[in-house]
Amino acid sequence: MKRFTAILTQIWTVIDDRTGLSEMVAPLLSHLVPPGAKWSYVFGSATLFVFILQVVTGTALATIYIPSTQDAYQSINFITNEATFGSLLRGIHFFGASAMVVLIGIHALRTFLTGSFKFPREANWLTGLVLLALTLGMGFTGQLLRWDQNAIWSVVVGSEMAGNSPVIGDQLAKFILAGETLGGATLSRFTAFHVFFIPGLIFAFVGFHLYLVIRNGISEPPEVGHPVDPKTYRSWYQKMLHERGVPFWPDAAWRDVMFGVGVIIVIVSLALILGPPLLDKPPDPTIVQANPHPDWYLLWFFALLALTPPPLEKFAILLFPLVGGLVMVGLPFIANRGERHYKRRPWAVGAVLMIILMIGTLGIAGKQSNWSPDFDPTPLPATVVGTTTGPIADGAQLFNERGCENCHRIAGYGGRRGPDLSTVGDRRTEEQLTIRILNGGTNMPAFGSTLTPDEVDALVAFLQSRTTNQ
Amino acid sequence: MNNNEKNQSQRETAVSNLITRRQFLTRLSLAAGGLGAALIGVPIVGFLFSPLLKKEPEVWQPIGKVDDFKVGETTHVTFSDASPLPWAGVAAETAAWLRRTSDQEFTAFTINCSHLGCPVRWLPQAELFMCPCHGGVYNNDGSVAAGPPPQGLARYPVRVQNGQVEIRTTPLPIEGQIIS
Repeated sequence: MKRFTAILTQIWTVIDDRTGLSEMVAPLLSHLVPPGAKWSYVFGSATLFVFILQVVTGTALATIYIPSTQDAYQSINFITNEATFGSLLRGIHFFGASAMVVLIGIHALRTFLTGSFKFPREANWLTGLVLLALTLGMGFTGQLLRWDQNAIWSVVVGSEMAGNSPVIGDQLAKFILAGETLGGATLSRFTAFHVFFIPGLIFAFVGFHLYLVIRNGISEPPEVGHPVDPKTYRSWYQKMLHERGVPFWPDAAWRDVMFGVGVIIVIVSLALILGPPLLDKPPDPTIVQANPHPDWYLLWFFALLALTPPPLEKFAILLFPLVGGLVMVGLPFIANRGERHYKRRPWAVGAVLMIILMIGTLGIAGKQSNWSPDFDPTPLPATVVGTTTGPIADGAQLFNERGCENCHRIAGYGGRRGPDLSTVGDRRTEEQLTIRILNGGTNMPAFGSTLTPDEVDALVAFLQSRTTNQ
Repeated sequence: MNNNEKNQSQRETAVSNLITRRQFLTRLSLAAGGLGAALIGVPIVGFLFSPLLKKEPEVWQPIGKVDDFKVGETTHVTFSDASPLPWAGVAAETAAWLRRTSDQEFTAFTINCSHLGCPVRWLPQAELFMCPCHGGVYNNDGSVAAGPPPQGLARYPVRVQNGQVEIRTTPLPIEGQIIS
């Protein structure tokens, strides 16, 4: 046994001498980091762990996936239903994508909240922003590779949104579609971006970002009344490390490992319990039964566009991401010195709360999608209508058939696009109802040309009967 | 000043006007590197951006006999793109809403909402087109009835030829406009 160990040691000594591996890795492991960096410092490394998880699972999935508009759906179906561990791998890749977006988001917010983007770490922040944008790009392109009905219409919507850009809009739309319409070249282009272009850039920028983390040092936990002064910060930081620093491995790294492994356990568990996202119907650009919507992490932007008043919308599509991006890029240039602790930076705390509230509420609104009509509303049952004959019953039938119920809700039936009409009889007179139906309104079509006077009367009679005490 | 010194100073003046060997090699390498990058870069960029330069032919595609459509009705029709890639499969197909407005007149609406391109559905009894994405609504003539759409549904050129209804293939309408 002793001899065996001795031989192994000898082999390793030779390898290490010729490659210099321990010379390279040892300083990285033992480099000093500030003490007191606790659990809030684990999100960056966790994002990296999940990125590697995505690369590994994505590479495995790519051994079966076929990026052709004709066969992609079938190959995903095969992965999901027949390939060994295929369903689990798709699930891990999906929840991994979600986790990566969430973790990079928290990492960015944490960096902002602790003022870690200030001198000398401006470049850390900027490379991080590039990685954030690339991660969102991975999410969007990845969702499209499912190539189901939802995916192809998302491509159409994406290119229409790009088409809104001034000057280059049409060219941008053609670039995304890889042609003038959705066609054979569209999917292979998205696949190339999802598996080669964007991941290649992510690898490059992760390397750069990590190099900067080593070069500029991990930011020390902020203290109240200890502002950053670019003139003295570096020498102060080195002195502090020298006096109180702890080796990165294992004093700080153990938390990164624990949290990272925890995240992977959660991702695999979710994939096991919930499975991969269900595939929508097979792709067919001629089938209009589609309701395109992005995966949950982009739902908030989808909701923002739906809720923005139409005249402002053109600006929201482009200006919102543009201004948001510029503010984030400009941040380290505007505020690279001064207090780092959140107690001295009320505006930063306010901004973080606002961002979380905005993304949260818009995300919920996007999930409910109340602005989307109900295309197949159930006819109102007799118990709700209250009668089976006469003008009220006729009106209830018209309410379902002529498009009212697609947008209006009564007693829990129908769409949510327009106001709920369960008790409209309480608040509108016969005359008001008639005028509204004939002429329409802000967000309601006019039915004057498609309904006969008898039909209008029946509808109004039915709506009049919708009162609190019927 | 003897001859030797004279020669020396002349040489120094000459050298200071020239670049050193080191400078020359630096510039040579940068130029050669640039040439190499351009040799590879031009075809790659051209390849990636080819969709912007290529103009699809526009052809008339038959979508059915005139008698297949009733006056006043709106029907879902499909047709093939002008020159689809061999492996495009179903992606080569496009749909339209065809309305027969009179005996010999047809209107072909794109199925793409003028708002963000989602597929609008025709509700025959309500005589309305509705969009699933943000609730845009259009009248039976394609004009905006309600919701966010900035303009009516875009139209494909349509004609009747020898008893056949034909639609001319066009690019995807962007912002409700058929671009070309």
